[in-house]
Amino acid sequence: MSHAAPIETARDRGLVACTRCTRVWPMGQERCSRCGSPLVSRRTRSLQRVWAWLFVGMICYVPANIYPMLRTRTLFMTDESTILGGAIEIAHHGSYGIAAIIIIASVVIPIGKFIAIGYLALSLRRQVRLSSHARHKLYEFVEFIGRWSMIDVFVVAILSSLVQLSSVASINPGPAAITFALSVIFTMMSALSFDPRMIWDFPEDTTA
Amino acid sequence: MTDTAQTPVAEPELIACPQCDALYSAVAPGPGERATCLRCGTVLIAPRRNAFLRVIALAITMMILMFGATFFPFLQVRVSGFRNSSSVFDAALAFVDGPMLPLSVAVAALIVLIPVARAGLVLYVLVPLAMDRAPLRGATIAFRWAERLKPWSMAEIFVIGVAVALVKISDLARVDYGPAFWMFAALVVVITLQDGYLCRWTIWKALDKEARK
Repeated sequence: MSHAAPIETARDRGLVACTRCTRVWPMGQERCSRCGSPLVSRRTRSLQRVWAWLFVGMICYVPANIYPMLRTRTLFMTDESTILGGAIEIAHHGSYGIAAIIIIASVVIPIGKFIAIGYLALSLRRQVRLSSHARHKLYEFVEFIGRWSMIDVFVVAILSSLVQLSSVASINPGPAAITFALSVIFTMMSALSFDPRMIWDFPEDTTA
Repeated sequence: MTDTAQTPVAEPELIACPQCDALYSAVAPGPGERATCLRCGTVLIAPRRNAFLRVIALAITMMILMFGATFFPFLQVRVSGFRNSSSVFDAALAFVDGPMLPLSVAVAALIVLIPVARAGLVLYVLVPLAMDRAPLRGATIAFRWAERLKPWSMAEIFVIGVAVALVKISDLARVDYGPAFWMFAALVVVITLQDGYLCRWTIWKALDKEARK
């Protein structure tokens, strides 16, 4: 890969890059002639979409934590557990590793994602402490980790299909399953709407 | 950047990092080497020897495994004489009753349909290229969708979900693995390998070269 010292962007050169296939075209062209993706130098308008998806995702996350995720019926009792309740129950049985996976996937990652995406979106408008490099790492991490929150939804799906033993024991999904899945999907949409190229547009400080 | 790059914009060698817009003139690295963005570290080009054939082989493997993994019993549960076995297909349909139906569709899509669709699209694009033929009609659209669906293919997350589910019911019932469980585990390895071999830039370039003939 050949290039000269200060990084030159496609935009500096009056070009617009295709983010799908990396080819560049003259500014103003609307579609990539190679792969057919729409061309935009910076998806500035997409910030509105980032915020919109993010807020819907956050709203869905509230009922996901209040309502039960699983309804377990055995011969003698009926038990409803929320995300947090289920994790605590597992920890009581001594499986701290699994409890930690659930807490991380269903609580730490979603909330961390809300904060991270909000921070990244805000950082485009004002001067912030983190360098472009650090913020880009954060974005890559958010994009990579977001899908893993689906674990809990899959757990519910597996348990509800597996544990159907007439009167002895049965497990059914609670309303939180659907709002939690929606929350994960919406925050993924939010992260995908974000244009990471904007992170680099601020004049870079020399230490980076 | 050299001066020669200044004039021809349509010059195919000029590429920009999709993550940070840094401009480079592309130089294909040797097999096994990777070209990364100097600023943000994003992998731009990573060709592998025989990559097309390997990806094709893995995609076919994946489709066969997925068929088995979906319909054979996945897990079996036993509680005091009662037993029930469930396939991935059953897990996907767990929410089919009442208001949970959309969730059922989403789960089926995320763990079965989207991974299979991606494999199918990649085959559609790569098989003609590997045989040195012109790409099939709509190959660019097909590959664009294969790339677009990537974040929504969640088979590997499903496997971790299984591990968590097993622990959750271990005190309620006895759980045995069915054949599909091992198929699904193999499937995750195959999907990971396939993504590792797939170099977007090489494929786009191949599609482009053919289209201009």
